[in-house]
Amino acid sequence: MNELRYVYAVTRPFDGVLPEGVRGLGGEPPRLLDHGDLVAVVGAVPAEDFAEAPLKKRLEDLDWLTATARAHEAVIGAMTTVTCTVPLRLATVCVDDSGVRRLLDAGHDRFVTTLERLEGRVEWGVKVYADPQPDPAESRPGPAAPAEPSAAPASGRDYLRRRLSSRQAREGVWERAEALSRTLHAELSQRAQAAALHRPQDSRLSEARGQNVLNAAYLVPRESSQEFVAEVGRLTPQDRGVRVELTGPWAPYSFAGQAGQAGPDEAGASR
Amino acid sequence: MTTPNRLPDPYGSQGGGANLADILERVLDKGVVIAGDIKINLLDIELLTIKLRLIVASVDKAKEMGIDWWEDDPSLSSGARRRELAEENERLQRRIADLEAAPARVERKDDEA
Repeated sequence: MNELRYVYAVTRPFDGVLPEGVRGLGGEPPRLLDHGDLVAVVGAVPAEDFAEAPLKKRLEDLDWLTATARAHEAVIGAMTTVTCTVPLRLATVCVDDSGVRRLLDAGHDRFVTTLERLEGRVEWGVKVYADPQPDPAESRPGPAAPAEPSAAPASGRDYLRRRLSSRQAREGVWERAEALSRTLHAELSQRAQAAALHRPQDSRLSEARGQNVLNAAYLVPRESSQEFVAEVGRLTPQDRGVRVELTGPWAPYSFAGQAGQAGPDEAGASR
Repeated sequence: MTTPNRLPDPYGSQGGGANLADILERVLDKGVVIAGDIKINLLDIELLTIKLRLIVASVDKAKEMGIDWWEDDPSLSSGARRRELAEENERLQRRIADLEAAPARVERKDDEA
């Protein structure tokens, strides 16, 4: 007995089947475990990775964490295409099917409330980046060393003038990015049933160009998704220094925690 | 019964090439927290703490620029206070430029001497 049950998500019983070709952890297709009026989306995982002690070690390994996070998201993303899905946080693990049933019992009322609230809705992510140097040939301005790769300035005055003009250009981009973020968030919040502002992302992790200024999530009815996407396009300016990025549709991750024990971030989300 | 076919095709970084930060901030920081049989607190994981800090690190940079509005209701944040910060920022930057310029002048004097 060296297999545990990894629980990806909770849904209601639904007509239809799991999307074909979905692979979760270990390349295994997930399985549906019915229990009363709820369904857990589960997968068998090896105890040598997912028991408490090894799991703690594994989670410190970025490659393993990345693969696990992607598999977790892949299953939840696929479920979202067929039914309303409440995503669980990464690494929710039970010892066996009875453990999963206990988990469903323990969280029953929360799951039912959350499913009702999220039924027919998906999450869209909208980010705004300020990119003062949109030319990829130029390096990003580091805070410590604003290196000038071009010819050396002829004089100290030249140098200062050059620094001043590049700083003014950067500030212009920041102002436009902030103004756009406000407009986008105000307009999109009106079209969404809920909105959540996340912390801006660091480019070392996202590997995105420029500086993330707005990182927002919107809860949108499935049937309004096309209009929502079109609205984002309409509000996106032609601006080399300011970029808008749309991601989704996601399972409603950013809105799943609110009814339960909301973390500080969820609690602060605007509605 | 839902109508999955009405959904537009995935945008942006879904799928294989997904932005790791987008995925991590959702699967680690969002979603429903419920205890399974295996007790694990993601906040105890050192790497996760570091990585999550990475996700939020840029907030400091943005704060320097006076863009801190996501921390409060936008309607509560005062434009006047921001202008004040911008002015102070400009004053400080001018002061830094002056200070940085000072050694250059000294050098030139040395040359002339």
